[in-house]
Order: sequence, then structure tokens, then C-alpha cells
Amino acid sequence: MESIKYDLAKTPLREVNQFLHSDASLLNGKHIEIQNPNGAHNIAVGLKSEAKVLVHGHAGYYAAGMNQIADVTIEGSVGAGVAENMMSGRVHVKGFASNAAGATAQGGLLVIDGDAGLRCAISLKGADIVVGGSVGSFSAFMAQAGNLVVLGDAGEGLGDSIYEARLFVRGKVKSLGADCEVKTMGPEERKILVDLLSRSGHSDVSPESFTLYGSARTLYHFNVAKSGAY
Amino acid sequence: MCGIVGLLVKNPNMRANIGELMLPMLIGMTERGPDSAGLAIFGAPVSDDERKFSLYASEADFNWQKLAHDFLTHLGSKVVSFNQKVNHAVLTTHLDPETVKIWLHEHYPQVHLLAIGQLMDIYKDVGTPAEVAARYDFSQLTGSHLVGHTRMATESAITPAHAHPFTAGQDWCLVHNGSLSNAPSLRRKLQHEGIMFETDNDTEAACRFLEWRMREGDDLKTALEHGFEELDGFYTLLMGTKDQLALVRDPFACKPAVVAEHDDYVAIASEFRSLAHLPDIKNAKVFEPSPKEMYVWKV
Repeated sequence: MESIKYDLAKTPLREVNQFLHSDASLLNGKHIEIQNPNGAHNIAVGLKSEAKVLVHGHAGYYAAGMNQIADVTIEGSVGAGVAENMMSGRVHVKGFASNAAGATAQGGLLVIDGDAGLRCAISLKGADIVVGGSVGSFSAFMAQAGNLVVLGDAGEGLGDSIYEARLFVRGKVKSLGADCEVKTMGPEERKILVDLLSRSGHSDVSPESFTLYGSARTLYHFNVAKSGAY
Repeated sequence: MCGIVGLLVKNPNMRANIGELMLPMLIGMTERGPDSAGLAIFGAPVSDDERKFSLYASEADFNWQKLAHDFLTHLGSKVVSFNQKVNHAVLTTHLDPETVKIWLHEHYPQVHLLAIGQLMDIYKDVGTPAEVAARYDFSQLTGSHLVGHTRMATESAITPAHAHPFTAGQDWCLVHNGSLSNAPSLRRKLQHEGIMFETDNDTEAACRFLEWRMREGDDLKTALEHGFEELDGFYTLLMGTKDQLALVRDPFACKPAVVAEHDDYVAIASEFRSLAHLPDIKNAKVFEPSPKEMYVWKV
């Protein structure tokens, strides 16, 4: 397999990102490795080809943001907004992720092996996110569609004002946000969870150890009886 | 925005190079804070009966020799040492802080008293971090720990006095990334306690609040717990004392921080890009501190 190597200590990030935006016919199937990321922002953002990108080290803000089709792996940790607004493809963070991981992501799979910070999966719009560690407070705030799987614990206000996203949490939830409640996990949801665990390297984890959370749908419509509270 | 950096060197052999190790950290935070920069360094202490006074004068041609001469004439006290660097000077004397403060206020009201202590020197000025660092030879600094800041002003003027670190009391300083929405009411509350302010900066309110709590008997942890109740806004605060660095983030973690713990050092910065150059960083434990939790590292 052909591998193209870039060293960010020698090549400016803009040059690397411009190469990663080349015509898909040039990039499809290619392996691209990025050395010395050293916490730089915007590494491998806006990819739209079937390239595989491997980042050796820690990345800064918005790593692999707006990803489409591409497969991006970051060996270290990432700053805020990893895979924000991802459309498709796969982003894998082997370390921890800071705040707002996978914010507004519409498709694809984001896998974080370590912990994720606050507001993980905020306004999720259809993507799948699997976090090997715990997620911080206010995760899945206003999440509309998609799945968030958390193998560890969740912080305060999980799923506040949630719409139709599914939240699978194995550990403790410090508190649930408004209109988020425990749901019964049916065969359909269980199938989704098993599939996501298998695709994120956690096939050894029992789906029975998870609790499903979702929307109580009491905020969907204006309630005249509660008008004083608005 | 603003950037913060902190470095505590555990390996005594590396303390002579703390300035050199820190410099890329501060410069790495230029995009977060391009308008001013500052640093508090904790070095070798002066003797028990001496105090260091970090002074700043805004006039480029300020006559420091005259100040040193007048100080000696008026107070008859032997100035132990007087080290001047550009607009800053560190005056070491046996006199008590109140006498020095009153004398400065009466004779040199244009001179800012940046800090008092036995170990801590403070340098802060306007300019990019690289410019300020070059102006005050930051790369040559030696010591056990330091706290640095790069500023992007959002709520008060760009002047050396508004730059961070802020200090209160002795050998204590604070840098802040964020903004406080209740700084004016906090100031009024503290002014009722007889506490005086040097600037209209929001961080100064937080700094004087915490120092006041500690003077009232709180330890740092209890003072910060009171801080969580009283401070309204966004903040990552990094504090330096004579033998420790302490870090807290607001309950919503609105402002970033990354920590690298290594056998030789503990390094803190707003972002990892300021830590990437540190020796053997690959073997450091890198983590993001949790919100509303206090982290303390001892020298």
C-alpha cells in the first residue's frame, strides 16, 4: 500500500491540507501519514475522498472536522470540536478528546478510545459516536438523531432537550437533562448497540451492561398548562 | 481569548534552564494573546528580613537611578540591590512593605508596584510574547516554577498594568483566560472591605478576592471554593505561590487547559501546541483537567 508521509515540522499545514483536498481520483485508496502534529488546529479538515490519514501525535482544535468518506486516525489526543459536522467516513481518536467532540455531526462514525470532554455530541444530527471512556457534562444537548455510546460515565445534564438520538451509557449518569429519560432497550436498539460496539473495537463488551436514554417528548409541543414556566 | 502557561521544574538540574524551556510555551500562545505578555518567576529567595519589590514605570526614559537615590536619602535604609531591566526594576530592601508602598505613592505615584515577595519577580508589558520575552530576557530566567500569560484584551485597555499576572499580598500571583461578568459588583464588595484596586481589569477583581479570602483565614482550596460561588463568568485560573502551582477551570469548562506531568516537570498550557516542544513530552502524562476541580502541584 502506497503511503505518503508529511512532517508538519517541515511542511506548512496549509500545504498538507491542500494536498488532502486534491481530486478524489488521486487520493482514493492512498495512505497519508502526518508526523509532528504538535497540537496544530484544523488538521485534515474537510476531506472528501477515500483516503486513509494517520496522525502521529496530538492534534489541536477541529481535527478531521467536516469529514466525508475519509478514514482519519489520530494516535494521540485532540482539542475541541473533533469531527465536528462530519457527514460520513470514520474518525478514530486513540487518546482523549476535548469539548464538543462530534458536534452537529450528520453521519459517519467517531470513535474516541479515551474520555471526551463537555458537550460531546452536542446537537448530534445522525452520526454515531462511541466513547471508550467517560463524557463530560451537557453531552448530547439537543441531539436530534444518531447514536452516542459511552462505555464509562456521563456528567451532568445528559441529553438535555434531546430529540430522537439514542444514548447508550454503561456507567453512571450524574444527572439527566430536561426531557431525557431512561428507555427500554428493544431488539432494534440492541442491534444498533452491538453493531457499534463491534465497529469500534469493543465487541467484547456486553450490550446488556448499557442503559438506553432518549427523549420523553414532553418539550415537543407548547404546553399551555405550563405557560408560566416558559 | 488569552493564553496561559505554567511550568514547575521538579528536576533541580533543569532549574537553571527554566526560562529557555518556557520560552516556546509562551510564544506558542501568541495567536491566543498577541497584545501583551507577562510572567512571574519564582527564583532563589532573599533572606527572611528582606523583600523584593517589582516596579514598573511607563516612561521609556524614567530615571531609575534617581528613584534608587531618593529611596536611600528619604528612608535611610540600605537598598540591598536594585536591578533594572528596561521599564522594570526589582528593588530589594529590609524595609516593610507598607513603608515602601506609602513612600512610592507619595514620591513616585507614576511607578506601579507590580509585586512584593521573597521569591517572585514579575515582568509584564505590551507587545507580542516574543517581543516582551526578548525585552526582558525571559530565556535567561532561572527558578523552580513560573506562571505566564499572553493577552488578547476583551474588557479593558491594553496597557502594561492591565497585562497579567496580577498579584496581591506576597509571593502570590494569578493569570486568567476568560472573562468575568460580575467583576464590577465584586470590586464594590471588596472596596467596602478597604481593598484598593490598581486597574479596572476583571482579573484583578478575582485576584484580590482570592487573596482577601486567604487573608481572612481560608487556605487556597477553601478560597477557591468561595471563588466558585462568587465568580460569575468563564475562567481558567492558574495561580503561583512560593512553593506551588494551582489550576481551576469554571464549571462549564468554557476555557481550555492541558497538563503534562513528567518526572522532571509539570507543564500547563491553554493548548497542547505550547507543550509539544518540551523534553521527552512523549513520556509525559498528558490530560485535560476537569471543570470545577482544583489541581495543585508542589515544588
